[in-house]
Amino acid sequence: MRRISLPAVLIAIGMVAACGKSGGTSGTIASATPTAGSQGPCSQISTPSFASSGITKLAGAATKLSGAGATFPAPLYSLWASKYKTDSGTEVAYQSIGSGGGVQQIIAQTVDFGASDAPMKDDELTKAKGGAILHVPTVFGAVVATYNLQGVSRPLQFDGETLGKIFAGKITTWNDPALAALNPGVELPKSEIVVVHRSDGSGTTNIFTTYLSQASATWVSTLGGGDRAKGKEVAWPTGVGGKGNEGVSGAVRQTPGAIGYVELTYALAQGLPVGLVKNSSGAFIEPCIATVSAAAVGFTFPPDLRFSLTNAPGKDAYPISGATWLLVYENQKDAAKGKALVNFLAWIMDHGEQLATQLHYAPLSDELRTKAIGQIKKIKVNGQPLAG
Amino acid sequence: VSVETARQSNRIAPRPRRKGGDRSFRLIVLGSALTLLALIVGLVVFLLVRSWPAIQHYGFWSFLTSSRWAPSEATVTSRHPNPYGIQQFIFGTVVTSAIALVLAVPVALGVALFLNELAPARMRGPLVTVTELLAMVPSVVYGFWGVFALVPAIRPMVGFLTRTLGAVPVIGIPFHGPFFGFSYFTAGIVLAIMILPIITALAREAIATVPVDEKEAAYAVGSTRWEMIRAVVLPHSRSGLVAASFLGLGRALGETIAVTMVIGNRVLDRGTSLFGQGATLASAIVNEFTEANRPFHLASLFVLGFWLMVLTFVVNAAGRLLILRREVKR
Repeated sequence: MRRISLPAVLIAIGMVAACGKSGGTSGTIASATPTAGSQGPCSQISTPSFASSGITKLAGAATKLSGAGATFPAPLYSLWASKYKTDSGTEVAYQSIGSGGGVQQIIAQTVDFGASDAPMKDDELTKAKGGAILHVPTVFGAVVATYNLQGVSRPLQFDGETLGKIFAGKITTWNDPALAALNPGVELPKSEIVVVHRSDGSGTTNIFTTYLSQASATWVSTLGGGDRAKGKEVAWPTGVGGKGNEGVSGAVRQTPGAIGYVELTYALAQGLPVGLVKNSSGAFIEPCIATVSAAAVGFTFPPDLRFSLTNAPGKDAYPISGATWLLVYENQKDAAKGKALVNFLAWIMDHGEQLATQLHYAPLSDELRTKAIGQIKKIKVNGQPLAG
Repeated sequence: VSVETARQSNRIAPRPRRKGGDRSFRLIVLGSALTLLALIVGLVVFLLVRSWPAIQHYGFWSFLTSSRWAPSEATVTSRHPNPYGIQQFIFGTVVTSAIALVLAVPVALGVALFLNELAPARMRGPLVTVTELLAMVPSVVYGFWGVFALVPAIRPMVGFLTRTLGAVPVIGIPFHGPFFGFSYFTAGIVLAIMILPIITALAREAIATVPVDEKEAAYAVGSTRWEMIRAVVLPHSRSGLVAASFLGLGRALGETIAVTMVIGNRVLDRGTSLFGQGATLASAIVNEFTEANRPFHLASLFVLGFWLMVLTFVVNAAGRLLILRREVKR
């Protein structure tokens, strides 16, 4: 989902320069950074308990681990890898090649762990060479709607059907009655809406379109049915395609009247203007770490922890939320590698989770963290669980 | 060199004895040449092998007859219609390159003529260096410039064009709005700047081959400088200039990242206007290959790669042929 690259850095520099020149327009648009004194869940800092996993460090573990997959959590995983190297001396090499690649590599057993923004499908699981694969969730992420509207000072409010109609090309101007009804008191311009979407296959698109397909009947019918309406790539009926989060945010910045979607971590880091989205309890929710974590509250997780968090029922839940997973084999061929994996995963749950918010990722809720630790305890060598 | 290989080479074609150093040098350079040939053949075979699942499933030509690219509509079983139509990408590749050529060739010709025929010797050196520097700017930088400088700069101008010319029936069709800044046209401008130095350099070479005595003959009969250029330089170097343009075109066809950043990446269909969003063969590949997880998706991207290679080969071969013809004529 996310790629830290030279283009991203340069765009960031470009945007800082642009803000300076345009006389601080960003100040008049609500920014994703919570403002001091505001009410609501985003102004409260709730810290999960981070109780000990109860997994003791195993001796005789390998000193090298290799992993590959999702780009969205890659900045966090590299932070984890460097901290873990200092803490334990074990080297974790992570290649952010995309979720699809991560799934392929773990199926082919060419890495010690895979990483994906979407749970593996049943047919992918049956193809796995090394038997049963465990899904270990690591952090939550979210997708936000960002826009470029001069003179609108309050953050705009959206609901699923309206977002669906905009991205399906059925709502084409900002002063459309549906948008006006959602934003009483906001003077919306007559200007045309320019849709900006991802042009590359992406977990961000997957979360966004999964939400749209749950919340907007118009979206589903325009795209030609449920299967076609969601995924890492869909047949966008309208708009401009940008490559990567930086491509989308660059196009939105450069185009008056544009609306696009980017990852929450990216929007928070860049201070982009973001919209509030109505959740299934009927509240308009500002996207932030607290409201993303809230999506996991009151959510019923399946035993294999393959779930989709979009449109979650919680009262404060931001509806376009999702998780990212590490993928490991339940039965490890090599005892030393297996022990190293258990040690690393336990370290993530005990220490890594607390580092997540530094980079704007939402740590796991207590309940899901407990379940993730349960997954780690299932890792076996010769049928014997490694962690007690 | 072993006795065995020496005997073998004797059997094929007896030659006068050569010194050992000469022979091994010959073998090394021959090996390099064959490696290159093997690489090219290997690349084509590789593209065909990797695209084979899709070609087998949908048919070889069905990719070319459709202009709808919708991987989300692909299923393991359905063969028709082919959701991986690539006509619009070929269209986008050709159109953006053509725009680039139309914009770049006159400027390149002007620069080349100025440098070779008009510029004072003191200016020539620095100007040549500057044109060569342009060729060294990485394409991603051109992409950035496209997004952050070119798009806002041309929006008002092109917006005016689409409102006025776009309203004219029939001839206004390629000028239809709305113009969002990301378009075939924008990509064409960026490509024009990128191929300008190549065309300039090759055009200079072509112009430099014009014999001095013919130029002097033109002056001797009282030609002005412009008359001399028109009567001697241009006819003499015409095929070389055409070849220069073709080689520039070859570069434009395959350009990827700069185009991806400004073309708007519309893959579903061809769009309606030069000022609308589109995609090229190269931009579609770079966008989709990392997460190509639909049935036959990756194989279909290899089909794109195959046709891009064919297109580039044809254009480059045409360019080379023109150079060859020019040399034979001389």
